[in-house]
Amino acid sequence: MTANETTTQVVKRHGRATRLWHWLNALCLLVLFMSGLQIFNAHPALYWGEQSHFDSPVFQITAKRMPNGTPVGVTKIGDVSFHTTGFLGLSQHDGQLAARAFPDWITLPSPQWLAMGRHWHFTFAWIFAPLLFAYIVFTLINRYRRTLIVPSGREWRDLPREVLDHLRLRFNHGLAYNSIQKLTYLIVIFGVLPLMVATGVTMSPTVNAAWPWLLDIFGGRQSARTIHFIGTFALLAFFLIHIVLVLISGVINNMRSITTGGYRIDPPAKDSAEPYE
Amino acid sequence: MSNNRKTPFDPNRRRLLTGLGAAGGSLLLAGCGSGLSRNQTVQAALGSTDTLTQRIQNWLGATDARVREYPPSQISAHPRPNGTTDPTNTQYQKLAADHFADWHLTVDGLVAKPLKLSLADLKSLPSQTQITRHDCVEGWSYIAQWTGVRLSDVLNQVVPADNARYVVFHCADNFNNGPDKYYESIDLATAHHPQTLLAYGLNDDQLPIANGAPLRLRAEGQLGYKMAKYITRIELVEHFADIQGGHGGYWEDRGYYWWAGI
Repeated sequence: MTANETTTQVVKRHGRATRLWHWLNALCLLVLFMSGLQIFNAHPALYWGEQSHFDSPVFQITAKRMPNGTPVGVTKIGDVSFHTTGFLGLSQHDGQLAARAFPDWITLPSPQWLAMGRHWHFTFAWIFAPLLFAYIVFTLINRYRRTLIVPSGREWRDLPREVLDHLRLRFNHGLAYNSIQKLTYLIVIFGVLPLMVATGVTMSPTVNAAWPWLLDIFGGRQSARTIHFIGTFALLAFFLIHIVLVLISGVINNMRSITTGGYRIDPPAKDSAEPYE
Repeated sequence: MSNNRKTPFDPNRRRLLTGLGAAGGSLLLAGCGSGLSRNQTVQAALGSTDTLTQRIQNWLGATDARVREYPPSQISAHPRPNGTTDPTNTQYQKLAADHFADWHLTVDGLVAKPLKLSLADLKSLPSQTQITRHDCVEGWSYIAQWTGVRLSDVLNQVVPADNARYVVFHCADNFNNGPDKYYESIDLATAHHPQTLLAYGLNDDQLPIANGAPLRLRAEGQLGYKMAKYITRIELVEHFADIQGGHGGYWEDRGYYWWAGI
């Protein structure tokens, strides 16, 4: 690259396909998240194994009445119960307290409506899964795309320093992803997201007939459902950290790079080679 | 779009992107408020994935595959009944009081030889027993042992006409004793699946009333709402647009997918 001799420069960071993929994913994951909670609300309990041991769910969101008649929302993890009135188990809907696992402002659609929740969920799953598959295949076969996301040997060695820098909120704005970013995206794109698709289809009884080995991998249909639920909140955690980092590491610059592609990078360090290519 | 990687700024494009973002955002907000979900066009568009799912599962060969059968040790102590568990109409109550001695199954519609079978007739046909998992659309599952006759054996007796495409199950119960009769439909491929049963036995016993006595459908590889209980009549049809709500089943008429394999 012929460097423009200014202290900083704006480069094209993300290609059109990457940016489009990012925003389609954002939309899909939002719809999948909210409609998934709607589906969960139809039977807000999780089990381990092939079937539901109704007496001993590993996780449950429910509502009950206290001895004095007051209704409370209860979230149970194993044998441990928490009162979660107002958010989980019991929350405001249409101006009154309603017994529902997740509250109406976070489910799609808002009212209890399993049929439409399933419509939203499966439609966007059919958009999301092929896009994920295409991205993964493209990244595996294309060397340049691989270098974008797979950390090099040097980057692995940089990891501890990068962690310290992040903890000090000291961010480097290079063209390439830093090693923490690469590792995170690697885990999410090649780990959690395919896991969500796999556990999702494991809940389909017809898919079970064709590929019973999926049941063996995840320990049964109910286990797959539980892993799907845990994966949901792993993705939510990723999303929240992602948003915080986007905000504190230069929100304008970051948002520009993922919408129009332009990204202002740091001036090249004295001891390093070119920032790009 | 300029090829110059250093000048990504294009005010028009930025305006377009901002506009698209705002449009997407407001669409979603409307969706959250359930406005979008009530829109018929949106419902139809999202509902079209029903056919997509079925085609893909067909293409994968999943619809012909046999579901897993489990060892007896896995049978659940709670074969949880759902939907109607005790039909209150007098006709059904009378039949139940006589242990279904006067009950008959009618098989008609687009068939060469319509049939009327008593429970004893059905039990005299070759029986099949299978231990399978029952999956509810709500998300829960249990494993149970079902005994009955293969639906294909019954269909072979009536000889379906060439234009018959669906098998419709008419039931004795008004769902949860409301105004509408329960009914369901499957295609002929599902009907001829070797694990598709008309079941009269559950866990080495008579099928209990809560689980659909005297006869229910087992369409393995599909969700529970497909597996009609309290069956009184099996009708072969070319299409089901003129039956009740026209969507091929009680729950389908209420927005659920016709293809219950997911």
